Amino acid sequence: MSRFRFPSRGVLTPTATFAVLLATYLVGVFSFEHFGSAAVLRNLLVDNAFLGVAAAGTTVVIISGGIDLSVGSLMALSAVVVSALVGRYGWHPAPAMLVALGGGAAFGAAQGGLIRVLALPAFIVTLAGLFLARGLAFAIQAQSAAVDHPFIARTLGETLALELPLGPRGMSLPPTVPALLLVFAATWWLLRRTPFGRRVHAIGDDAEAAALMGVPVAATGVRVYALSGFLSALAGLFFLLYQQSGDPASCRGLELDAIAAVVIGGTLLRGGVGSVVGTFFGVMTLGLIQTLITFQGDLNSWWTRIAVGALMLAFLLGHAALDRLAERARRAA
Amino acid sequence: MTEGWGREALRTLGGPLAALAVLVAFNALFTPGFLELEIREGRLYGVPVDILQQGSRIAIVALGMSLVIATAGVDLSVGAVAAIAGAVAAVALRDGGHAPGTAVSMALGASLACGLLNGALVVCLRLQPIVATLILMVAGRGVAQLVTDGLIVTFDEPGFAGLANAAFLGLPRPLWWMVGLFVATAAIVRGSNLGLFIEAVGGNAAASRLAGVPDRRVRVSAYLFCAGCAGLAGVLECSYIQAADANNAGQLLELDAILAVVIGGTALTGGRFSLPGAVLGALILQTLTTTLYMQDVSADVAPAPKALAVLAVCLLGSPPLRARLRELARGGGAAR
Amino acid sequence: MLSASGISKSFGAVRALDAVDLRLRAGEIHCLMGENGAGKSTFIKCLSGVHRPDAGRFTLAGEEVRFRSPREAEAAGVSTVFQEVSLIPHLTVADNIGLGREPRGFLGAIDGRALRERARRAVARLGLELDVARELSDLPVALRQLVAIARAIDVEARVLVLDEPTSSLDREETERLFAILRRLREEGLAVLLITHFLDQVFTLSDRITVFRDGGFVGEYETAAIGREELVRSMVGREFAEVERGPDAPGASGTARIEARGLRRRHAVENVDLTVREGECVGLAGLLGSGRSETARLLFGADRADGGEIRVDGAARRLEAPRDAIALGIAFTPEERKADGLVLDLSVRRNIELAWQARRGLALSRGEAGVVERLVRALDIRTPSLDAPVGRLSGGNQQKVLIARWLALAPRVLILDEPTRGIDVAARAEILREIEALRAAGTAVLLVSSEVEELVRCCDRVVVLRDRRSVAELSGAALDENRILEAIAAGHD
Repeated sequence: MSRFRFPSRGVLTPTATFAVLLATYLVGVFSFEHFGSAAVLRNLLVDNAFLGVAAAGTTVVIISGGIDLSVGSLMALSAVVVSALVGRYGWHPAPAMLVALGGGAAFGAAQGGLIRVLALPAFIVTLAGLFLARGLAFAIQAQSAAVDHPFIARTLGETLALELPLGPRGMSLPPTVPALLLVFAATWWLLRRTPFGRRVHAIGDDAEAAALMGVPVAATGVRVYALSGFLSALAGLFFLLYQQSGDPASCRGLELDAIAAVVIGGTLLRGGVGSVVGTFFGVMTLGLIQTLITFQGDLNSWWTRIAVGALMLAFLLGHAALDRLAERARRAA
Repeated sequence: MTEGWGREALRTLGGPLAALAVLVAFNALFTPGFLELEIREGRLYGVPVDILQQGSRIAIVALGMSLVIATAGVDLSVGAVAAIAGAVAAVALRDGGHAPGTAVSMALGASLACGLLNGALVVCLRLQPIVATLILMVAGRGVAQLVTDGLIVTFDEPGFAGLANAAFLGLPRPLWWMVGLFVATAAIVRGSNLGLFIEAVGGNAAASRLAGVPDRRVRVSAYLFCAGCAGLAGVLECSYIQAADANNAGQLLELDAILAVVIGGTALTGGRFSLPGAVLGALILQTLTTTLYMQDVSADVAPAPKALAVLAVCLLGSPPLRARLRELARGGGAAR
Repeated sequence: MLSASGISKSFGAVRALDAVDLRLRAGEIHCLMGENGAGKSTFIKCLSGVHRPDAGRFTLAGEEVRFRSPREAEAAGVSTVFQEVSLIPHLTVADNIGLGREPRGFLGAIDGRALRERARRAVARLGLELDVARELSDLPVALRQLVAIARAIDVEARVLVLDEPTSSLDREETERLFAILRRLREEGLAVLLITHFLDQVFTLSDRITVFRDGGFVGEYETAAIGREELVRSMVGREFAEVERGPDAPGASGTARIEARGLRRRHAVENVDLTVREGECVGLAGLLGSGRSETARLLFGADRADGGEIRVDGAARRLEAPRDAIALGIAFTPEERKADGLVLDLSVRRNIELAWQARRGLALSRGEAGVVERLVRALDIRTPSLDAPVGRLSGGNQQKVLIARWLALAPRVLILDEPTRGIDVAARAEILREIEALRAAGTAVLLVSSEVEELVRCCDRVVVLRDRRSVAELSGAALDENRILEAIAAGHD
């Protein structure tokens, strides 16, 4: 047996993602004059906060061996619920947001129950969830409506904003950015430091072995989807704060961006292996590619999609190569 | 084979047929004007005709999807492939001044290339089908926009526009395309060994390989065929609106096609397919959509009841639920 | 300590366990033995709460227990290490040992230090030196097996069940494991060990229970039973007569398929054999001796790492089953359901499959009446040719598999355990069919764990032990005792 120890995938791939992120950033800095400014980084975080939260939930689902396609629709639904409760029924936004978050978790748990207890395919259940949530969002509120409430505009928009002493006039960070970091830290903690996280990895890696080892597979799976539903709803609230309106047509296809970020972050779609840190880098890479293409000017927005697709392919090919290496090493052992 | 066919068909198609009948009956009773047909200028008009016209595109893709699903796979890229095909056709007509036939061939060629990519990723790299086709689902629409330069490409070519808009024997052309494709596919798949191989590979890949079935080639051809179907649907959509809109063409097509296959009674686990089921599923989906519109459910809200319908269909097939119900029934009978 | 009485379990129409008994005492190592399909693994799964038995009862220390999950069994002190290493590959060793019983710290989080410390202790108890922070998938299979055992005894186990723990261990590792098991026995644990290595049984165990075909055969004191008697109790079976047809060219016929020095890592180390036209050659050996692996190599189902396969005198590289089929070789695998049949497809389609596959994409007009003829010839009992093959009984499923290949009129037929789990009548029919094929000139290679079957059907028998061909018996030398001797021969 050789002494050389290949770094485990959990370490290797987030590092690779970070390298891609850094490379993209450096390309930007060397190509464009203002790319290196703090404002670019600020906007990167602000513009991608909602995607980040959604992708954190998707990471957990994918590590557990599942998939959740309902993310984008659920985001729109949660934003619309708050905007309707506040705008139409005169609620205070705080309880409205709690309702949206609870609803998101319940929606996710219901999907999880169908998948893990009644053994329906995750793909179809969350696909139906996608349609259902989107339809409900439109049923609640057919049009985009601005959310006009001092709690949202002032308390969340201004009072809680962080003033950073950067640049000539300082810079204000909306509360979604620290919240985003908090969500990632909490998800990381949950996955890496709690028994729940171990179970999530276990059922994603080998559900049968996990069951034989006494892991409650169904209960864990339901909680995973509930968590994803909760985080989708939270991402919807972030989007609401970002846009200051609830739009039932928003966030279409966002689940794909989230999955792409997770894949680029090095999480294996077959489950069991992955890291939410990698996902964070993945989200930032997606955002940076977008920024880069915006800066470029004559490159069109569709290059973003093509670049994301190519990047996903590259990471999947990398995983396939790693698999083959590992296989060869095992055969040689 | 022939004698088993009728019963087999009834077993698998009974549910979908009943669902369609219920929908039609509901509409006949509660939707005024639903069954009214009229003939103008030798062409049939009316709601059922619209359903057939609209449902044809989904049915065409569902035919391809059902074969991919039968190999225990799935193709998420059909919407993107349809967009690429439409874009290629429109640009060929506008810039190249190609004849409609050439434009269609180019569009289908582009789709087949996409199918080859999917097949190669699934078979050679052994990626899960969901992952492999997700790549093209994400990137494909970008490619389509690249082809059209992000614009809505219009063209003036009556011959091409006629593909989807003209009528034949009083019925809209897309219906005939769909029927033609259905008949051709059924003839090829059931008339040759391909259907057997597809079901064998999807049902038990290891056993099929040990029986000498060329499992890799079978799976690649399924993805090729599915992409071809998606391309045809894209061409028809492009012809129908006489423009290529890379951003919106084929939007949610993959979801509709998969739902159509599921509603048509095919399990996502693979090993089985029913071409009439796929077509029926597409028509049910379209009838449901039309019904909802006519009941003044807005187009945006309509997905919600559709989703519930699909979940209901899936629940009927859930093995644990069936087992539990059976246990309950037995427990009730044996209760002391 | 633990006793099981009258345990029965059926899966669908298949009776996997039929009223078996087992008594396990505290402070003993008890071996459970039996060939494939004997019901050992099913029994373990019933005991540990994975399956629920249809009938019978388990008592633990005098009290009746009924575990609904492995977790409940563990909590009661019955720990099981299942056959395929059931651990989570991408978690660390410590995580695997602690999964489901992690020490908690701040905010309910895992106390990583305590977890690793406990894992270190569990590993040290086995006398292992191992970095418990390593990912399990980095470890060789043998070490993973030991980690699984470390996990099992980490709880306060009173009963430790090990299903084939040594199949992936080398000699030294096995010795170490045995030393540990002996120590556990002295600590008063009851150890139930499933193994098929006879040496191990005799060096380690106190008592032995044997199952055969889902039934209880007997319970023996290890000191009081001999090797051959034990093997006989595992493989014996009531038997139907098979009348031998006229000897075709037999030994003088041309060699159809030959293997020389066949090798594949972790499967086969050195196998030589020859099967001639009109000859039935048996491949004998215990589970794990390389008998099925050899059969798969000869069919191209797996690729050989070395050695030579000659078909009709010419050296061939068999990359895939298609290559072998093109050369007229046919193969029915040991696992009928997993590797043989497409259960959802109809009887007709399953029979046609190989024949159609050889024709490629040609029009699927089945040759008129071929399927019907084969179904009649083999007396396959099915409600209809269009019934899914999954609904047939085991014997009829096996006949469908054989029919699939007969449609191709193969020149070499390799059968891996064609009669396992099949009732007496169907077994006799299958063996008669094999004999008819042989008499008609087909070269037959019969892999079987049933020595009597081999003696009755075969012209020659090649015996495999420890993945090598160690003996070849024919003519007057071909009798049960000689085969059993060759199979059972110890290393000492």
